Amino acid sequence: MCGIIGVIDRNRQLMDGGKIRDSLAMMDERGSGEGAGYVAYGIYPDYKDYYALHVFFDNIRENKVPLDNLLEKWGTIVHDEQIKTYEQPNIRKVHTPWRYFFRPDRSLMPKSTTPDEDIVTHLVMKVNAEKNGALIFSSGKNLGVFKAAGWPEDVANFYRIEDYKGYLWLAHNRYPTNTSGWWGGAHPFNLLNWSVVHNGEITSYGTNRRYIESYGYKCTMYTDTEVVAYLVDLLVRKHGLSEKLAVRALAPPFWEEIDRMPPKEQELNRAIRLTYGPALMNGPFAICVANENALVGFTDRIKLRPLVSGESGDRLYISSEEAAIRRIDPDVENISMPKAGEPVIGRVYS
Amino acid sequence: MSIGSTPLKFKVSIDPDRCMSCGRCIENCSYGVYRKEGDDIRINSRNCVACHRCLAFCPRDAIDIEEKPNDYRSHPLWTREVREAIFNQAKTGRIILAGMGNALPYPVIFDRLVLDACQVTNPSIDPLREPMELRTYLGKKPSSLTLKQLPDGEVELITKLTPNLQIETPIMIGHMSYGAISLNAQTALAKAVSRIGTFMGTGEGGLHESLYPYQKNMIVQVASGRFGVDINYLERGAAIEIKIGQGAKPGIGGHLPGEKVCADVSCTRMIPEGSDAISPAPHHDIYSIEDLKQLVRGLKEATEWKKPVFVKIAAVHNSAAIAAGIARSSADAVVIDGFRGGTGAAPRVFRDHVGIPVEAAVASVDAKLRQQGIRHKVSIIASGGIRESADVAKIICLGADAVYIGTSALVAMGCRVCGTCYQGNCAWGIATQKPELVKRLDPETNSVQVENLIHGWTLELAELMGAAGINSIESLRGNRDRLRGYMLDEGLMEVLDVKTVGA
Repeated sequence: MCGIIGVIDRNRQLMDGGKIRDSLAMMDERGSGEGAGYVAYGIYPDYKDYYALHVFFDNIRENKVPLDNLLEKWGTIVHDEQIKTYEQPNIRKVHTPWRYFFRPDRSLMPKSTTPDEDIVTHLVMKVNAEKNGALIFSSGKNLGVFKAAGWPEDVANFYRIEDYKGYLWLAHNRYPTNTSGWWGGAHPFNLLNWSVVHNGEITSYGTNRRYIESYGYKCTMYTDTEVVAYLVDLLVRKHGLSEKLAVRALAPPFWEEIDRMPPKEQELNRAIRLTYGPALMNGPFAICVANENALVGFTDRIKLRPLVSGESGDRLYISSEEAAIRRIDPDVENISMPKAGEPVIGRVYS
Repeated sequence: MSIGSTPLKFKVSIDPDRCMSCGRCIENCSYGVYRKEGDDIRINSRNCVACHRCLAFCPRDAIDIEEKPNDYRSHPLWTREVREAIFNQAKTGRIILAGMGNALPYPVIFDRLVLDACQVTNPSIDPLREPMELRTYLGKKPSSLTLKQLPDGEVELITKLTPNLQIETPIMIGHMSYGAISLNAQTALAKAVSRIGTFMGTGEGGLHESLYPYQKNMIVQVASGRFGVDINYLERGAAIEIKIGQGAKPGIGGHLPGEKVCADVSCTRMIPEGSDAISPAPHHDIYSIEDLKQLVRGLKEATEWKKPVFVKIAAVHNSAAIAAGIARSSADAVVIDGFRGGTGAAPRVFRDHVGIPVEAAVASVDAKLRQQGIRHKVSIIASGGIRESADVAKIICLGADAVYIGTSALVAMGCRVCGTCYQGNCAWGIATQKPELVKRLDPETNSVQVENLIHGWTLELAELMGAAGINSIESLRGNRDRLRGYMLDEGLMEVLDVKTVGA
């Protein structure tokens, strides 16, 4: 099951998390109270030039010093602090959430054309693979993921999500199957500026994981969703595809449709499928992916999971359910249900 | 002869109550088991190879064939086969020749792997009601695309794709040469693949003129003997395959006994009639991976870079590293031929003892290519012991792009896997060049049988994919998460990169 929602204000007007929480709580039927999470873009304007690393520590005394040392080895910790939380009767605080604002030392990756991002990616992969009581679950600039095991409203209140103001939000209400109430298993998943929420199960995970791992990514979260964040990072950031073409690669048209396209279009679509066959995602899914500039929603090639979009002025909403969108904005317009594999894209005005 | 005669391999008997003395067994047996004496049909069981031709054509089910009617004293080490091989070599002093694939009872990895299916959390997909894509492209793929944004918002593709072979099912027919099998058998296979939209290999025996109409579905082979190779041959093929080795006899060249080199075979192969066609063990212009690279490029140049070039190697211990070398050349696909691969004739010692199973070889090749970031540079074709659609699904999960079948296609034409192909007496008209036997095989009806087989497997493959919640074959490829090992040892599961059942 799982319920997802994504909102973008294309004029970068900030929205606080209160309504996102209420909207996600509308879909409690889709969850089981074992995981929920939020990501908001634009929440750290004072530190917007630094990578905001959100970390779950198992034990502050034991696990924090090694991470501090590692970060200092690769750059500078500009500021770090505990993420404020507020006790909730239904949430057992098994981790201590922490935030770092981090500036990588780009001279340490001289061969890379994107040294900052590669250093941060390397650190995320390394720390998460080592499993030494620290998990970096958010690593972008001017954005942050807030998640835990619990119902959407409890998780939101645990972090007091209404205190954060962002122009782009993703939120997820989890009905877990692969891993039970594990904080790291809750969505959104994030790498650099890419965040993902996902409803469904990726039957091609084994293929996708092996493909993405051959590019140096490491899947460490015991769930199929993280692979989406890495695939999008590879296709868009490293290979330079537009979001639209990246979605085309992940949920491509059927050969039958491609065979009927005009020659130029056919050639392009065939090339995408041949090149990105191992990135093709199969199985039932509805996904919202975001970066600092855009929100993209899409489903699997035969739409085995629901996805609805709506608009209201500068705002674009994408969700599992229309009711969730109306909870935020009762006057929403242009409600529509995108076709299988067809992306809904909202982009900030530049 | 101090050894005397060895026990019968098969004992043939005719039930006199059922036999009506029609003589069809006498007509059909090409090994001289039956003869007429007066009104009686006499039997010489010693000649029987259990090809079942007589059984299949006896109208009264009067014939019984019993295997190993006489027992040796049983012994776990000194098996019957070992003892008989010694008798044979004590008499002849020669290398023992054998046919078909590996005959030792090694465990079959395929039969220790089980496939996955969806329940509840993800729906299975019904191929009768939803599209199911098995289309496969064989050849080099780019690792990423160069695109140009046009002013009208459209995107132009700058990257030029190298030619790929497009197949509608990941099942092709492997290389069985004219010479090893009859022209009628090759024609039946050719008709089948051209109707299905897949491909077959010519083997190393050249391409007979009468098969030119099917050339766009033929992969022409260049082996160490270079039989039948000229520019005309290369240009006719849809793709070219360099055969370095074959699973049934890794490390040595092909064997075609002179008995099978009739006039027509000699023309197509460009060798003298009646001469043994023994290919050299290595290609004499390939003594290193760089030499192979040059031959690949030479063949590409000769055919103006229009055709994919495949390289076939036998599955051996170091297959993964060899495949990585091949991927770095201009080659478009690597064929991995496992040690169960069939053959018309091979030294028994090679057939039974050299090489490794295709399952392990494909798994390690796929993993090695991914580790080195060059998996896209080459497609993987698996062959050698693919018996049913489940084997196809499993080997694709282990990383193959497509398979070649050989023995299975012959069985679809009547072959009973008797393993005496090298004698040239095939009663089914398959592995023989004797005109009276060849004419028994009608290309048209047999092509339908082969087509039926591949069609049936393709339907089953679509069902297996649908049950796994996958509607496109690229999501099955290398998807080892959808396999589980059942009673496989830990070391092998690590090589295959699969978990145990229940995990």
